[in-house]
Amino acid sequence: MATGYLSLIVLLPIAAVVASAFSGGMSASWSAATSPVALSALKLTLISAALVTVINAVMGTLIAWVLVRDSFPGQRIIDAVVDLPFALPTIVAGLTLVALYGPDSPLHINLAYTGTAVFMALLFVTLPFVVRSVQPVLHALDTEMEEAAVSLGASSATTFRRIILPNLLPSILSGTALAFARAVGEYGSVVLLASNIPFKSQVMSVFIFGEVENGSAHAAAAASVLLLVISLAVLLAIRGSARLARGRR
Amino acid sequence: MTLKRPARFGLRAIALGYLGLLLLLPVGLVFEKTFAQGLSSVWAALSTPAAISALWLTLEIAVIAVVANTVFGVVCALVIVRGRGRARWLLDLVIEVPFVISPVIVGLSLILVYGTTGWFGKWLVAHGIAVIFNPLGMILATVFVSLPFVVREVVPVLREVGTEQEEAAATLGASRLQTFLRITLPSIRWGLVYGIVLTTARALGEFGAVIVVSGNISGQTQTLPLLVDTRFYNFDSTGAYTAGALLAAISIFVLVIMTMTAPDRRRL
Repeated sequence: MATGYLSLIVLLPIAAVVASAFSGGMSASWSAATSPVALSALKLTLISAALVTVINAVMGTLIAWVLVRDSFPGQRIIDAVVDLPFALPTIVAGLTLVALYGPDSPLHINLAYTGTAVFMALLFVTLPFVVRSVQPVLHALDTEMEEAAVSLGASSATTFRRIILPNLLPSILSGTALAFARAVGEYGSVVLLASNIPFKSQVMSVFIFGEVENGSAHAAAAASVLLLVISLAVLLAIRGSARLARGRR
Repeated sequence: MTLKRPARFGLRAIALGYLGLLLLLPVGLVFEKTFAQGLSSVWAALSTPAAISALWLTLEIAVIAVVANTVFGVVCALVIVRGRGRARWLLDLVIEVPFVISPVIVGLSLILVYGTTGWFGKWLVAHGIAVIFNPLGMILATVFVSLPFVVREVVPVLREVGTEQEEAAATLGASRLQTFLRITLPSIRWGLVYGIVLTTARALGEFGAVIVVSGNISGQTQTLPLLVDTRFYNFDSTGAYTAGALLAAISIFVLVIMTMTAPDRRRL
């Protein structure tokens, strides 16, 4: 029953996308999916996602550290706030970004219709992934090794780099993999502020949406397959290195 | 490793500043923009027929998706953890797909299967069943994107509780249903509740997958997230912020339940 449900809900539709991408008029749909507009959207998507992923790896680990190893009043509330991007609908996330960085920004920063808007939206929606994957590991981490390192004269920086980081690395990597996957496919939070200016602020999911709206389902399917293959490759690479890091430990 | 005071305060300040600037400031601003217009205009924006119908449709779709994915999620978790079939690892892998795939691609895939020119298009038209641009399609899209949460929360709990108690119950003559209701279900309840809360949050707020298959007709196939989008593009910013604030209020409520039911994150 489980397999049947999953096949009907998930596998069948995906099979339809792949079939459509490779069916009749194949050259036409692939030339649309690899047109300069599409490639520029793909480039913006991948660069923003990669940048956001790197920032998440650093900031996510830092936030997890502060939530686990520090203690201050209101910590539990801050811990809950981290989940806000998971709970908030993406369109509301988009709206909050318009309020803050839109044409009448209270900070006088207008990012409407820019690639930076894409970056800000992705930063917002991917924030919890690394925090939530590092937090439990950091909490379970025995402090004995660290204490030994410190008592042998290692500085805080050395202890972090040589003892703590290697232990956290697998969880940091698996969190970044999820963040990257989410960033590559994100639509709702991006579309309001960044809109869909080709060569400037159009990401791949917005490009695909446009193709669907124009009735070019085959081109949309070809672009989808392209995006899926690339993000799967990156995901597998990150997962693979997480496994390597775990093995070395 | 105990950091010196300045280092500790420095890290704390960076973390809190980052969260404040990135999350709290923008979300707070939406509420500020909503209520800056005065309560009467908030009420006016929420009590239009379009807004009321959008709220109901959003809730209906969410309830259906949550029920379907809860039942499926528990069965699927049982198959993954307790099953013996060879396809288990495949199931474990496919479960992750909705997390990795763009919501827009989800919508497109449903059009390709259930649209008039899609795989089942002719058959559906012949039998008078409308999926795409109808609530049925929106339900399918929502079920797709919110599918993994229950499975992912229940699987680790099931692994941890083991099978000893279930075996004991079976030895003492309990039927499979009795064992499930009396032993398995109570032991996974917290993981299950957390999974359901996450499913609900995602189902209430789904935008990308739903807008592709909805047609976005006010009063018929428009959910709250779609209403926010429509009002925004019609330059009705008060209306957009109000509908957005309503959704944000619902998600903050969900967040509170999430915090109360979350399995203690400090432990693995």
